[in-house]
Parts: sequence; structure tokens; C-alpha cells
Amino acid sequence: MPREITYREALREGLDEELAHDENVIIIGEEVAEYNGAYKVTEGLWKKWGDKRLIDAPISEAGFIGMGIGASMLGIRPVMELMFYSFAYVAFDQMMNNAATCRYMSGGLTHCPIVVRGPANGGTNVGATHSHTPENIFANMPGLKVVSPSDAYDVKGLIKSAIRDNDPVYFMESTVLYGMTGEVPSNDELEDGELIIPLGKAKVKREGSDISLIAHGRAVVTSLLAAEILAEKYDINAEVLDLRSIRPLDEAAIMETVRKTHRAIYIEENKPFCGVGAQISSMIMEQAFDDLDAPVLRITSADAPAFYSPPIEKLQLPTAEEIVERALTIC
Amino acid sequence: MAAKTKSKPTAEYADAPINASLTDEDKIELLRKMVRIRRFEQTSLKHYQGDKIGGFLHLYIGQESVAVGSISLLGDHDHVITAYRDHGHALAVGMGMNECMAELFGKATGCSKGKGGSMHYFAPDKNYWGGHGIVGGQTPLGAGLAFGVKYKGLKGSCLCYLGDGAINQGAFHESLNLASLWDLPVIYIIENNGYSMGTSQARSSAYPEGGLAQRAEGYNMAWDKIEGVSIYEIRAGVQKALERAHEESRPTLIEIMTYRHKGHSVADANAEKYRTKEEIQKYMQEHDPIDFWKRTLIDEGVITEDDYKKMNKEAGDEANAAAEFAEKSPFPDESAIFDDIYWEVDNNTEAGRTGRHFFHK
Repeated sequence: MPREITYREALREGLDEELAHDENVIIIGEEVAEYNGAYKVTEGLWKKWGDKRLIDAPISEAGFIGMGIGASMLGIRPVMELMFYSFAYVAFDQMMNNAATCRYMSGGLTHCPIVVRGPANGGTNVGATHSHTPENIFANMPGLKVVSPSDAYDVKGLIKSAIRDNDPVYFMESTVLYGMTGEVPSNDELEDGELIIPLGKAKVKREGSDISLIAHGRAVVTSLLAAEILAEKYDINAEVLDLRSIRPLDEAAIMETVRKTHRAIYIEENKPFCGVGAQISSMIMEQAFDDLDAPVLRITSADAPAFYSPPIEKLQLPTAEEIVERALTIC
Repeated sequence: MAAKTKSKPTAEYADAPINASLTDEDKIELLRKMVRIRRFEQTSLKHYQGDKIGGFLHLYIGQESVAVGSISLLGDHDHVITAYRDHGHALAVGMGMNECMAELFGKATGCSKGKGGSMHYFAPDKNYWGGHGIVGGQTPLGAGLAFGVKYKGLKGSCLCYLGDGAINQGAFHESLNLASLWDLPVIYIIENNGYSMGTSQARSSAYPEGGLAQRAEGYNMAWDKIEGVSIYEIRAGVQKALERAHEESRPTLIEIMTYRHKGHSVADANAEKYRTKEEIQKYMQEHDPIDFWKRTLIDEGVITEDDYKKMNKEAGDEANAAAEFAEKSPFPDESAIFDDIYWEVDNNTEAGRTGRHFFHK
């Protein structure tokens, strides 16, 4: 019986293992230490690793993330938690100007091995200010890497790679996924003794032949549900491709699935204008035009700020039913 | 209202232990560094006006004593970071005129391979971490460099320079809080030249009687205000902060009164409108740090007027040679556009080879 743990536990295991792996790894953020994490991701780590490695920050995102960037230039590997990725906007100058461009502007003399992680999702009735999904915004900036894991297995393997990476990695999770369980082998079950997933490697989460549902983050879970409905009710066999990391991007895997199924929909909880799907669909159009039997479709969150009212906000996010409905228009 | 300085700078801090230990050679070297900065800046201005240099050019002329005096105190584990008026600090930490001038000319031989320009000089091998263009944006990084030094258990510090205009940025206040809260050995040095671009201190900052640095009291942080004409006074004042950083791992906020002879940047068309010509003349004649230090060393019998002239000429020759070097150097190859963005790609690691990193074309 394979081991099943939650996304949250898997993420914590990854952090814990990297704290053990490299003494320069530290975790800084609001409530990450004594409070055990606002979402309990870091629960128990302060008790285990102490004040030097787990540091509670005051509510000063620009200050403490900028501080982490400065420390990373000296070889410290800070993992900074944003309680919500929406708060990245308070630290925008540090994250966009300093982390992303210092290497370039120094002609390669510096680099910033920093991870900034936290939940980047809507759907929890916390209003527009706490529901931003900035993966497209940060992925727009050369020098940055953007990762968005959708399940427990991936989040563990990807956080470990992100921490070992020598470039700034912005790691976007989902509060809705934290409690979801998934199979994650323990290290003694693994040949290499640990779970490492490289950035830039997409993964087929469901094999299919009729249409490709390509997604990142929680939209992968929604896409898998949609694929089940398509199979059961309509005899349509959908393939689901999880990008896992948005930049670097596994372009080959995208083209491979499109060439196999000849139909594609990009699904994300991001907003539509210049969303990740806009980039992907453009690339498919340019590189696999002759393989397509239908236009590439995009399904995103509604193009409006997050609605507070719970039943209405639900309608703003992509649903399995919407994916099925749109898939039927091109199958 | 311009920054106020004493009417006559004096050499009263000459007896401070950190200054009493200076040899004649050390004193001459301090003068040489200031003169080299000035000649470098004058030469760069000439070539900016000759269209050899693009973008902005923020000259350090008039403020040389601040970078040279404070950086002269630093040891192996002391780091430096500053804003966009960064040429003086670069030469003070020991960067060469050639690489600095070539960077202004946008050449491949520049310190940042022509990718950073005037505002973004870096030399990590000399503990110099830029050169930052966004006002106040470097102040959290300064705290981070100090954090790194402390985390590694080293006795060191970070000198983080900023202008008087930067003190009203939120990131700076957050940095002060973190520095004091976490006992970081960072020394914030406000180079107060009286004007945040064209807006005087009186029109831009609310501050207590003791000056801009007294704001530190709100963060339970030590502070000091230093007249910036005399190298002696700067060294005596900054040394106290350095000892506090090294011995107690505590931060300090220092305001050093100085004056820029030129505009905010060379593109500042109003440099003689928001300040009177008389004010500029007065500072140039009575508060020039190079003139003051030269006279001090002549009074002390360390140099003669002829020695100074020789030094001045050598520095001018060096700056001209740097401009010639820059002129003769090649522009970067177009292929350099995609270098120095990702460490993993540059180093051709497995991570750098996995997935697509760039999306043009």
C-alpha cells in the first residue's frame, strides 16, 4: 500500500529535508516559526530547527523579501513564505527589480538563490485582495522561475529542486490543495533515496487520445475531474498534461500531447488577459498548426476581481462542467 | 533650503584614534582616491556631452569624501551597497577606471559587460554589491548582506548608502525595523546633499530637530549626524558605527551632510533653478572636500601644492586613458543578450538545460 500524505505534509517534508541538506537554507516569513505557519505548512519545523533556521518576520514583505534577496547574494538560501501570494504585490520592486535583474545588470557577477513560496489562488471567499494568481505576471520576467505544483507528490519534489536551484524561484501553491492527499513514497522506497523533480518537466497525469487538457496548479485537479466525466458520459478520452513549472516550460511535452490528440484546451485559475494559456496557445498555433483539428481554447477565471459571496465566487473559477462543455464544442 | 554645514570645516577630528593611526601615505592615498573620482566624473561628463554615453549620468562631484572616508575603514567582511550615484563608491572600493568608464560607454569590457550602465556597477570580489537604480530599493538588500555576514558567524558589516530623497521610501523604513529587530550589523549612511532631485529637504521630509538620522530613535537604533567635508570627521563618526556593528551586531543610521556640485543627473535642466548660483558657488568654494583635505595635508606638511598638482594630473591622465580604453573597446556581441539571466543556463547545468527558459521568437 503506497504511502498517502497531504499536499501540506509533502511540502513540509520537502522543506525539512532541505533544511537538513544544506545549513544555508533558512525559512523566513510571517508566522512561519512559533505560530507553526498560518496554513501549518511549517508546523513543527521551528521546534526542530530553532531560531536560526526558522524566523518569524514582521509584516514587511518588501523589507524581509528584499533582505532575503540580499542575503542570497552572499550564499544564504532563503525560503521566504508569503502568507498569500497576493502580498507579493507589496514586495513587487524587490521581486521584480532586485531578484530578477541583479544578475543581468552585474554582467553575471551575482545570483540570487532565493525561493518565494505561498498560496496563489482564489476560491476561498477572501475577496479580491487575497485571491490573486500572479503566475503569468512573474513568468513574464526573464530571470525568474515560476512553479505551480498540483499534487502532493509534485510539491515535494519540486520544492526541493526549487531550493537547490541557483536562480530565484517563485513557488505558487494553493490553500485549496493543502489538505488534498496523494501518493508520496517515503525516501527508503526510492532508488535515489529522495524525491527530486526537475523544474521544466511537465507530466502527463492522465493518458488520452482525443483531446489534451493542459493546465497548471489546481486547474489540473479540475481537468482530471473533467476528463472522467468526458470518458464516462461522452466516450471522449482526454489526456491531462500538468505543466508543473511554467518557466522553465516543457514545450516538448506540450507539442507531444497536441500532436497526439490534435485538440487542446488550456485551463488555469489565472485571469485571461495575457494569461499562461495565452502564451501556450500561441506556441501551439505557431509550432503545431497543421496538427490541430480545432482551435486551441482557453478556460480561465472570470475576467473580474474575486467575488466575495461564496456561491458566486465558485462560478468565477473553472469547473469540470465548464471544461466538459467547451471540450464538446471541439470534439 | 539647502543642507546646512558649518561655515568653516576644521580638522578637529584628526586626533580620533582611527585618524591618529593614519600614516602620511594613508592620507595621501585618501586624497588620491578623491581626486581620481573627481577626474573620472569630469571625464565621464565630457564624454556624456560628446554623446559617447547613453541614459543617465549621476555625478558624485562634491561628495567624494563620503565614499572615500567611510570605505577606507572597511575590512574583509565589510560589504558595500549603494544607489545609482555609484561611481565614487566603485572607485573607492578599488574598481578600476577602465572597467567603470567602459561600462558607461556600453562596452563589453565594462564592469557589467555593458549590461548595467552608470547606475549598476558591481564588484562582488571587492564586497561591492551595486549600484541600484530604484530609490531606496537597495536598503533591504543592505540588511540582507548584513544578515548574511551575521548568519555565517563573521565579524563584519554592510555599509548601505542612500540619498536624502530615499529616506521617505517604505522599504527603507521596513529595513530599519528589521535591522534593529534582528540586530543586523548594517550601517545606513544617508548622503544628504540637500535635494531629492529638484525638491529640497525642507519640501520633502518631515524630521526631528536632530536631523534625518534621528528618525532612527523610532526604531530604537543608534544614529549620528556628521559634517561631510572632512575625511577626519567622517572616519571618526563611521568608525563608531563600525565598532557597534562588529562588537555588538547593532545597526546605525548616519546622516552625512554633503553637497553635489552638479545637478541630480546630467539631464537635470533645473540644477541652477531650484538652487541659487550663489549657494552652489559657496559650497564649491568653502565646502569642497578635496580642497579641504588638500589644504589639511599641506598644513600638516604631508604634501606640497606641487605634489597635489602632480596627483591631479595623474588622475586626469588616468581618466583620459580610461576613456580611450572605453572608446577602443568593442560593443557587446548581440549573442550576449541571453547570457547572465539564469545562473543555471549560464553554467549549462542539468537544470539550465531542462525546459524552455526564453520565449522570444
